[in-house]
Amino acid sequence: MTISQSSIVEKAADATARATPSSVARRVRGLSDRAIAWLFIAPAITLLLAINIFPLLWAVYLSFTNYRANRPNAPVLGVGFGNYQRVLNDPDIWQAMQTTAHFVFWTIVLQTVIGFTLAYLIDRKFRGHAFWTTIILIPMMLSPAVVGNFWRFLYEPQIGLFAYAVSLVTGIPTSDIQMLGNVTLAPWAIIIVDTWMWTPYVMLICLAGLRSIPDYIYEAAEVDRASPWRQFWSITVPMALPFIMLAVLFRGIENFKMFDMVTLLTGGGPGSVTEVASITLKRAAFESWATGRASAFAIILFVAVFGLANIYVKALNKVKQR
Amino acid sequence: MQKTSKALFGLATAFVMSSALPNLAKADELTLCWAAWDPANALVELSKDFTAKTGTQMMFEFVPWTSYADRFLNELNSHGKLCDLIIGDSQWIGGSAENGHYVKLNDFFDKEGIKMDDFVPATVVGYSEWPKNTPNYWALPAMGDVVGWTYRKDWFEKPELQKEFKEKYGHDLAAPKTYDELKQIAEFFQKRQIDGKTVYGASIYTERGSEGITMGVTNVLYDWGFQYENPQKPYDMEGFVNSADAVKGLEFYKSLYDCCTPPGSSNVYMVESADAFKSGQVAMQMNFAFTWPGLYKDEKVGGDRIGFFPNPAEKAHFAQLGGQGISVVSYSDKRDAALQYIKWFAQPDVQAKWWELGGFSCLNSVVNAPGFAKSQPYAQAFLDSMAIVKDFWAEPSYASLLQAMQKRVHNYVVAGNGTAQEALDGLVKDWSDVFKDDGKI
Repeated sequence: MTISQSSIVEKAADATARATPSSVARRVRGLSDRAIAWLFIAPAITLLLAINIFPLLWAVYLSFTNYRANRPNAPVLGVGFGNYQRVLNDPDIWQAMQTTAHFVFWTIVLQTVIGFTLAYLIDRKFRGHAFWTTIILIPMMLSPAVVGNFWRFLYEPQIGLFAYAVSLVTGIPTSDIQMLGNVTLAPWAIIIVDTWMWTPYVMLICLAGLRSIPDYIYEAAEVDRASPWRQFWSITVPMALPFIMLAVLFRGIENFKMFDMVTLLTGGGPGSVTEVASITLKRAAFESWATGRASAFAIILFVAVFGLANIYVKALNKVKQR
Repeated sequence: MQKTSKALFGLATAFVMSSALPNLAKADELTLCWAAWDPANALVELSKDFTAKTGTQMMFEFVPWTSYADRFLNELNSHGKLCDLIIGDSQWIGGSAENGHYVKLNDFFDKEGIKMDDFVPATVVGYSEWPKNTPNYWALPAMGDVVGWTYRKDWFEKPELQKEFKEKYGHDLAAPKTYDELKQIAEFFQKRQIDGKTVYGASIYTERGSEGITMGVTNVLYDWGFQYENPQKPYDMEGFVNSADAVKGLEFYKSLYDCCTPPGSSNVYMVESADAFKSGQVAMQMNFAFTWPGLYKDEKVGGDRIGFFPNPAEKAHFAQLGGQGISVVSYSDKRDAALQYIKWFAQPDVQAKWWELGGFSCLNSVVNAPGFAKSQPYAQAFLDSMAIVKDFWAEPSYASLLQAMQKRVHNYVVAGNGTAQEALDGLVKDWSDVFKDDGKI
């Protein structure tokens, strides 16, 4: 801060102090540092409680009731663990969880492998690497609504480029390449789109990890005549691992909540093969208006994600400490 | 001191004025909520007469079909005051009546001399009554709609195709009257080259996310004998929903999907079906009647090139009802003005103009007028279709019932899982669970 800036701040503080009524000033003077600190963070904490904690607690309460949001005048009765029991015994919900797990697993595997590979290549700093980094990042910058519609057209068997390209390579007629209407292919159609969109994100995090490795370590390895392969497995991968794991954590949490892309591409179909947990939850909460049951399902999902993420973060911390 | 007082007074006045002025302006406004589609534009045009007559400005809140139910059911459930009037979907009537979202209109109708006998009976049952078939009215029939078909009249009239078709099937290539004929025509056109382009048989509803495939499948199932429940015993569905005839109907729908739809038809509803027709992909298209005026005006497929026909028959002859009634939202502060709009809208001359502008009137005096059938190329098909309508459940839990049907039917028809019998047996189980939850069985 320059001298003139500091004098402006001092003048402003002085003016504020003089304008403060003496009764208020006396009270403030009596406050401890801790109390003043609390005073400053109180608005943020109040907002956090109102926006995050209260709805969570309210959802926990609703999960033990038969409340339906579309019948506000009906009596709200406690049902104990009835909603939880019903959710956990519902084969459709287990099917949705299985579908979600399938998406999360494959998107993470593909995005991590491709993202890390791209980061590794970009990190070589070849001619034009900045340009290619920007190009690779484009899908991530698009809105999911745009991406969903864009890919729906690409997957069109009659006019879509995707079907045309596959047909060109395999010789299969384009009308037979029905990515979104085929039970086997539809889940993969969504995995492909999510991977296309979010691999750049993983790449960015991996790139940050790779760039954080000091050059002198590689120089020392070269002095020791370590092969590039050995350098990769003994230096690059272990040192970038915390970043890779962080990317996996972020993508895992995000993909567990996958909703927009599935809704836009398949609406949960064909049949129910792409109906992920978030779609089932939305249908229960905002179409069937089974608010109590949907709350129980949401709490179960929350506990599952929170629990898994916690275990994962502990593993991540151990890797960082190595 | 004086200056400070004046400044404070000025500020206070400005605050009072700024908060009061919009209220003054809003007192003469009504907001009508509906879906964003062609008929809504016609209603905007029509409502200018209401404004001219009463001085009440009409504001419109139109939401795309994909978020129409979510948006407005949320609004009603949260007792929102956004909508003074709402044109709500026919299935909402049960829930909206039981949950107090709509104003009951019986006394108002009696006072103003509005008679439900003046409207097409099926639309009164479908859009206004809850419980069904009782004289309890929650809406005025506003937009008649029904699933029907359009076809490429110009293709049907090609002499070489007529000749080939007659040789193959033994009858003329014309708008089908039965489902057998419809399937023959669809098969005939499937993957045929017309004007150097590969075309397909028919576009039918297969959408999974909202209500698409249900609207398409029921349209066909009714004709095979599917019934929602035992006419003698409410909510007794075994042997009615999953009767042998209903199974055959569902098998037919799947066979039509498998044999005769364009590639990539696994998630088709109103827009996609109209697009398939407009782009010259299909010979026939299943769609709600509201799409017909727009298609008739289309430069590529409209005019002399398009024909309209009601749902074909099988053992019975029905068509899936669409459309909506107009209701006054009970949370509105402007109920009286909203009721005045309904009174104005119910007038025969306004209803006649509604039809002229592209809306589908449900008033008998309009649809039974001598020149009505010839007033538009699609008027006769609309009349014939409205005479055979049947609607999905309008129970307060209709959404749960709909979700179950979407899933079971899509699983069988599009995904090809299991049999038609298993799909309908599963549907009976799902629907029974919903009614058990509601304490109805």
